[in-house]
Amino acid sequence: MSVFNQSRGTVIQIIFTSVFIVIVLQLINLQIFSSKYKMAAESNAVFRKIIYPDRGIIYDRKKKALLENVISFDLIVTPYETKGTDTAFLCNIIGIDSIEYKRRIKEAINKNTGVKPSIFEPILGPDVYAKLYENMYKFPGFALSERSVRTYPYNTAAQLLGYIAEVDTTFLKKYKADGYEMGDYAGMSGLEKTYEKILMGQRGIKRYIRDNKSRIQGTYEKGKYDTVPIAGKNLFTSIDVEIQQLAEKLLQNKIGSAVAINPKTGGIIAMVSSPTYNPNVLTGNQRKKNWGYMVMDTSRPMYNRAIKGQYPPGSTFKPLGALVALDQGLITPNYGVPCSGGYGACNSVYVRCEHSNTGHAANLRLALANSCNSYFSDIFRKAIDNKLYGNAAQGYIKWKEYMNAFGLGRTLEVDLPSEDKANIPDVSKYNNYFGANRWNSCSILTLGIGQDRMTATPIQMANLMCIIANRGHYFPPHFVDSIENESEVETKMLAKYRNKHVVTHIADTAYQAVVDGMHDVTIYGTAAYIKIPGIEYCAKTGTAQNPHGDNHSLFVAFAPKDNPRIAVAVVVENGGYGSVAAGPIAGFIMEKYLNDTISKEGLTKIEEVSKMNLIPDAIKKWYTKHSQAAATTKKPTNNKKEDNKEPIKSTLILNDDKKKRRDSSKP
Amino acid sequence: MNRQNNISQGVDFGVIWLYAILVTIGILCIFMIEYRLDTNWFQTFLSAKTNYSKQLIFAALCMVIATTILLTDSKLFTAFANLSYIFGILLMLSTFIFGKSISGSKSWIPIAGGFNLQPVEICKVFTALALAKFLSQQETDITKLRSQIIGGFISLLPAFISVIQHEAGMALVYFSFFLVMYREGFPPTLMIIAFSFVVLIISTLLIEPNTLAIILSALAIIFMLSIRKVLKRTSAPLFLIVGIWFLCVGIQRFAVPFIFNNVLECYQSARVYSAFGKDYDCSQNVRSAKKTEKSPKKPDDYNVRQSKIAIGSGGFWGRGFLKGTQTRGKYVPAQHTDFIFASLGEAFGFVGSIIFLIIYLTLLMRIITIAERQRSTFSRVYAYCVASIFFFHIAFNICMTLGLFPSPGVTLPLISYGGSSLVSFTILLFILLRLDADRQMVLR
Repeated sequence: MSVFNQSRGTVIQIIFTSVFIVIVLQLINLQIFSSKYKMAAESNAVFRKIIYPDRGIIYDRKKKALLENVISFDLIVTPYETKGTDTAFLCNIIGIDSIEYKRRIKEAINKNTGVKPSIFEPILGPDVYAKLYENMYKFPGFALSERSVRTYPYNTAAQLLGYIAEVDTTFLKKYKADGYEMGDYAGMSGLEKTYEKILMGQRGIKRYIRDNKSRIQGTYEKGKYDTVPIAGKNLFTSIDVEIQQLAEKLLQNKIGSAVAINPKTGGIIAMVSSPTYNPNVLTGNQRKKNWGYMVMDTSRPMYNRAIKGQYPPGSTFKPLGALVALDQGLITPNYGVPCSGGYGACNSVYVRCEHSNTGHAANLRLALANSCNSYFSDIFRKAIDNKLYGNAAQGYIKWKEYMNAFGLGRTLEVDLPSEDKANIPDVSKYNNYFGANRWNSCSILTLGIGQDRMTATPIQMANLMCIIANRGHYFPPHFVDSIENESEVETKMLAKYRNKHVVTHIADTAYQAVVDGMHDVTIYGTAAYIKIPGIEYCAKTGTAQNPHGDNHSLFVAFAPKDNPRIAVAVVVENGGYGSVAAGPIAGFIMEKYLNDTISKEGLTKIEEVSKMNLIPDAIKKWYTKHSQAAATTKKPTNNKKEDNKEPIKSTLILNDDKKKRRDSSKP
Repeated sequence: MNRQNNISQGVDFGVIWLYAILVTIGILCIFMIEYRLDTNWFQTFLSAKTNYSKQLIFAALCMVIATTILLTDSKLFTAFANLSYIFGILLMLSTFIFGKSISGSKSWIPIAGGFNLQPVEICKVFTALALAKFLSQQETDITKLRSQIIGGFISLLPAFISVIQHEAGMALVYFSFFLVMYREGFPPTLMIIAFSFVVLIISTLLIEPNTLAIILSALAIIFMLSIRKVLKRTSAPLFLIVGIWFLCVGIQRFAVPFIFNNVLECYQSARVYSAFGKDYDCSQNVRSAKKTEKSPKKPDDYNVRQSKIAIGSGGFWGRGFLKGTQTRGKYVPAQHTDFIFASLGEAFGFVGSIIFLIIYLTLLMRIITIAERQRSTFSRVYAYCVASIFFFHIAFNICMTLGLFPSPGVTLPLISYGGSSLVSFTILLFILLRLDADRQMVLR
């Protein structure tokens, strides 16, 4: 009977074959037409590890490192792989609660999707790191990632160096082409920002194969696609760390700024904006808290007054006023005015003068030494009412050109971000205020003595001193003198700082008169009792009227008188007379720079000056209020467990430890 | 009597070659999975602690078994067919007493040296023998209901026991005997009905219930319209169609949801659903609702997803021997047993997979050729049993690996790691070769 069913054998063969055909069709579908599986396998098994290069180091003029790198560890998380993590234990180690945990995970997903690693807890302290390292196997989806962190061995120059921080979405959008990724750090202010591209170097990528438990199995394709990180280049600056520290000390308990420039190169020796902060507070795990506190601080410690603070230059402007008049040929150094305690040629305003004895403004030199208001009001009017230009507005335009040429009312393009240009008002401003052609030199008379609407930043004032010291030329003020292994592009970038900028061709005799006048200031003038042992110098004090409180104390100087090597500008807010607060500060800066030491009396005086407290009451009140309210936590706290004594040493131990573990884990 | 001295006489060497190739591929695949870059594979091989060296030992054991089988007299198989079946059933039942639980199913008997025997694997051989014996009896007529019931009983008794032991996949394989019975005259109507039934269940899973009800109704109406001339004469078909329609809708609306929610456990339902690309909502499941401590929310398709990734990433030419990242990273669970085809697909790609499938298909066709050349019914039925069992294993396993079918957990014959599987397939195949060598004899 089996014979009858022979055909059924064929049917069975057909069934077999058809099922195999279905299998083949699915194979074609999976292996030939679907490309997603290859990528899925790749993302399963290939672990891309970014190797961060060492960021470049910034040195001072004596090759001392202003900042260094130390290795620290971040805890990173890939949110979608955290299934099975012992959350309670993890929270316990880091010291957060489960609500915070969930919030961070959510934030990570929002910022960087659930499949890419994001930073969960940055910069772990050594204790936390050790605990996490032991228990990492309990936390799938988490990993420890090495990164180098800035430290600042001298605790100084915070606003100049700037800080680095994790990039955010707006940053990523802005610098799309530069290949940043979420979780990267970039310079956010100061030199770190300006020279970001040079400092950051080039990241390397290493590819590993990992198994289903995310354990590394070996390199991917024997490292064929790996790239090696290229370390960032080092910067060599003109900063002198000792001067910088001294200046910071002198400006303690004051609001103000000091800038010292080497007139021969334009290199900035020191730049202080007070109050300042310890740059180390913005690196560790307390960074967010400290940053928040400083943003709240009404004295604005992160605000760089040296390039952003706008102050009326007051009497410190007078040398420039003289130079303008001399250059226009309106006066000669022998020109003098009779002054009996004020300038009354204008009906609308009367400018008072500190001196009333006859002959105190008999020539330019005397007028400068005595800072005669009448004299400079007079020559200012001469410049504005210059017959050559027809009317006051035209005269003013010419005058403003001079100002801009001397670096006022425009940015000096210093190598720090967000420099302010301060203010030399446009003609249109006065036209709007007074009405076109309805104003004359009398209307803006106080410009002549550095008041009215004129403002300048401390760096502009210091640069002005450089021009006078150099007798007519300057190099734009800058920090970075050279870059390690300078490339052509970088040389081009720095070229503008190396080119001599000639301002005007004012005769040397004119400069000589101004310099002599400024020298007299330090002999018998307003700065007479500020001495630099063994050095003759030139200076001009200033007292800028401040409608909000006590007058600002200003002091500009350069030294030595012949062949000057340093130019200084100091502003102390609410400091009163220029010679009282700002003068000694500038004096000590110059003394330290030129003599390399400070005399014995000087040292005690420095302590006195640094203790001199000129912070306005309103800000003092804010401080007491906040230190009461937040005595517990909110004050800028030192980084937990990280810094205390020897941060560098502790991380070294950490590295050692890690290496040992790595070795012992090998079979 | 010269024949007894020369065991190779009449033996089909084509099958032996195919067998040898497949076992070699299997061992290489297992080696590929176990291989680590940094370990000295030769040393680990000698220590016999790795799966591939164990599998090699099994292969050696199989050679001994195969030789022994080839040396035995064919008559022995017919004589002991029923006895061996009873032995097999007893062996399966003994797991309830001596059983050892391995990955959730208590279907293993521990034997010496840390090796475990799975009776359900070896019982296939005995069932095949018993079925062959039954169908070759003169008085058996498979077109009769009585014979059909006995045949079905012989086939499905081991399946029933293995379902109790939570080895649903192996139970499925026992349905392969229906293919054999079909060959021997089992009426195709029943097969078609069974096939339609499967189609109905699958469409229930795939198609939204209301839509499916409409489709079924439409089919019924179309069918009624097409035979309206017949219906004018007699109304009997009308009742039949309406009856079938009721049955289908009933199954689709009530029976299937009832089975998935009340009979099957949550993970089983989820697996079936996920095979068709659907999510199963465990909150509907009554059985898993009772034991609230663990109820996986998401469909458990991790295995299949990873295996598809592995195969898909192989592409046309494959990633090369020992180079598959999915395999090396152990992303596919059970990749040396049930999911071994995934590693093969990853390493050797489309080309390798096709060659591999051709080897299998050649083996199957060869067995059918052997079956059809037998003079005795016993040998033919047995040969068809072998072909069907192989076919069911291959089809279920590869379809599962490719995500075409829910993962029932059956091995890939001669390839998958596992002594029980390799030994039982060897016995299955070599008994056939022995019988085939004596194809001139009429066995009863």
